[in-house]
Amino acid sequence: MTSEIQLAGFGGQGILFAGKVLAYCGMLSDREVSWLPCYGPEMRGGTCNCSVCLSDEPIGSPVVNDPDLLIAMNEPSYTKFIGAVKEGGYAFVDSTLVDSEKLRDDIDEFRVPATRLADENELKGGANIILIGKLIKETGIISMDDIEAAIRKIVPAKKAQLIENNLRAIRLGYEYSE
Amino acid sequence: MSNERMLMKGNEALAEAAVRAGCKCYFGYPITPQTEIAAYMSKRMPRCGGVFLQAESEIAAINMVYGAAATGVRAMTSSSSPGISLKSEGISYAAGCDLPCVIVNVQRGGPGLGGIQPAQSDYYLATKAGGHGDFSVIVYAPSSVQEMADFAVKAFDMADKYRMPVMILSDGLLGQMMEPVVFPEIKNNEPEKDWACTGHNNQRRHNVVNSLYLKPEELEQSNIERFKKYDTIKQELPEAETYLTEDAEIIVTGYGAAARIARSAVNAARAEGIKAGLIRPITLWPFPEKAYADTVDTAKAYLCTELSMGQMIDDVRLATSCRRPVRFFGRTGGVIPTPAEILAQIKLIKEELK
Amino acid sequence: MAVYRKPHSLEDISMHFCPGCTHGIVHRLVCEIIDEMGIEGDTIGICPVGCSVVSYDYFACDMIEAPHGRAPAVATGVKRSRPDRFVFTYQGDGDLAAIGTCETVHAATRGENITVIFINNTIYGMTGGQMAPTTLPGQVTQTTPFGRDPKIAGYPVMVCEMLSQLTGTAYAERVSVDSPAHINAAKKAIRKGFEMQKNNQGFSIIEVLSTCPTNWGLTPEESMERVRKEMIPYYPLGVYKDITAENK
Repeated sequence: MTSEIQLAGFGGQGILFAGKVLAYCGMLSDREVSWLPCYGPEMRGGTCNCSVCLSDEPIGSPVVNDPDLLIAMNEPSYTKFIGAVKEGGYAFVDSTLVDSEKLRDDIDEFRVPATRLADENELKGGANIILIGKLIKETGIISMDDIEAAIRKIVPAKKAQLIENNLRAIRLGYEYSE
Repeated sequence: MSNERMLMKGNEALAEAAVRAGCKCYFGYPITPQTEIAAYMSKRMPRCGGVFLQAESEIAAINMVYGAAATGVRAMTSSSSPGISLKSEGISYAAGCDLPCVIVNVQRGGPGLGGIQPAQSDYYLATKAGGHGDFSVIVYAPSSVQEMADFAVKAFDMADKYRMPVMILSDGLLGQMMEPVVFPEIKNNEPEKDWACTGHNNQRRHNVVNSLYLKPEELEQSNIERFKKYDTIKQELPEAETYLTEDAEIIVTGYGAAARIARSAVNAARAEGIKAGLIRPITLWPFPEKAYADTVDTAKAYLCTELSMGQMIDDVRLATSCRRPVRFFGRTGGVIPTPAEILAQIKLIKEELK
Repeated sequence: MAVYRKPHSLEDISMHFCPGCTHGIVHRLVCEIIDEMGIEGDTIGICPVGCSVVSYDYFACDMIEAPHGRAPAVATGVKRSRPDRFVFTYQGDGDLAAIGTCETVHAATRGENITVIFINNTIYGMTGGQMAPTTLPGQVTQTTPFGRDPKIAGYPVMVCEMLSQLTGTAYAERVSVDSPAHINAAKKAIRKGFEMQKNNQGFSIIEVLSTCPTNWGLTPEESMERVRKEMIPYYPLGVYKDITAENK
């Protein structure tokens, strides 16, 4: 089985980091994984997206054109990518920053006010991970054990507080219901 | 040495592998999409007693490599397409002096300033026209982050073995993407370099590293000798991966990033009952002609896929002696073809073959 | 009794330089110093593209021939990989101050611990007498047949003056080899460059005003006269920078 994931938002929302967490999870569960950032001349504030593939087979193209799963963290990303999601796929949308009507009825779209939840819970910058929590809950493509191990692996041990915050963010997303 | 699977960017995996392979000097200049190599080296080299220096230009960087290599240490530079154009002078000199060194090209779109997205439009530059004069460099084409690491080690070993520059021809896709990588075990393959300029310690006559021959007959002889070495390399080094070629009617071929996409297309074609296969050259110079010659009796057509307007296709035609049609499909300027696009081409050829 | 003989580090073969050319004198001075310091076995020289392109045959230490203008970059690679070795470049004006200006300036500003011997004879010799970056205003060359007009061809590059502005430059001196007194002063300057390298003091450059009788269209004697009458007034001799003096 192959899961092709597209993550998109503004630069600075932790799009690349969230993708890296997912790729790490895949690696820890012995799957083939790839992570590919878009890279452009802008450093901050521009649009940003990245492609992650998790698969039981060797991965051909690491470019995700038609994602099985989309994480959209702002309006332009939502409108740009939602049409490409495969029929029967999933979308996880930060409803604090995305106002538009749901555009698809042939996919499972989950709206989570991730940025608001992050602010309310003193998890500044944690909206990306809250959405991943929701993704885990609804798709089951990653286990809670793997995500915890991945976060512990990626966040430097010196920054223990950040590990704790990320794990809290995961749980917030996991437990959120509309 | 750790055998752990690590998730790394291609550029970083290549840099780490180079250090493990004994690269003592790295000289570079920032250019997207290869800058991670320089950034990684700037942190890593001081910790292992190596040299990192940001040069004032690509030209200076390759000449610093030239100087370091002339003293017998393993030295490397990296850049992306426009920067490799600038390094061409130094690469020619290194080839003319038989200096082992490693040059990495993480290709982007061109010509001119072009773009910063992945491309494969420097195939000619790498394999045919790397600078002025009669010479070639060995060219390795990685297709995964793992190979970015593996081929960095191989590049240093082959550079020393044959005393010549080796290029790793990668692209922005492989440089920027992360995949798991396990670093290869390193065997010390560094030979004695009695030709190097290390200071003669009053123990021998002076060594001279030089590519100037003012007498035409001497220059001719030097070129003839070098080409004898190239003949040996053409016997020993060509490498290619073949995938499902034994019964294949349509053989897709491409290197590096293009080969990854082509493989997905081949799988999709097989799923639809089309006998497709893949030849992926690993060495671009010497070109793995045998892999093509071995299939030319059984295959009916070839499809060459590149992230360019079509450059490697010339070598595919030569390797198949033009006995079968060789079609081309490429996207260029930084556009990456999709497996579906390549599958459509395979189907088109299948129709034509009926 | 001292016997005048060829320095050990100067190969005993006949040089290709034209009669009256001062390259030979400068080669000899460098080799005398290498001998006196006893560093022939510890020295790696870099020669340029230009009249001294085949100097690798003359210097008995290990030698590397660099692409045109790139000697300071090549020397950087050598010195960084073998910091315990003496490294010098030997470059002409076209090499150092035209096609290689970038490499020169940056090696200086990095304070590369190398010694640069810079031959300024105001002309491209090897290619047959074209305008150099150091060609004097009014000077006739193959490519300035009516004399160098600064309005068209710009002004000479004053290398010592320019490099002495850089913090990384440790020592810059302009010397001449037109008289025994000047030759002795030149030798002292070259020695100082090597000594400063020995003491890890950074980038040193010794600019030597030289002759090119063939391309100037003068006799050797007239050439020496030209150095005195035309070049020294335009390119004043002296120490432009010396960090050891500033420390005193």
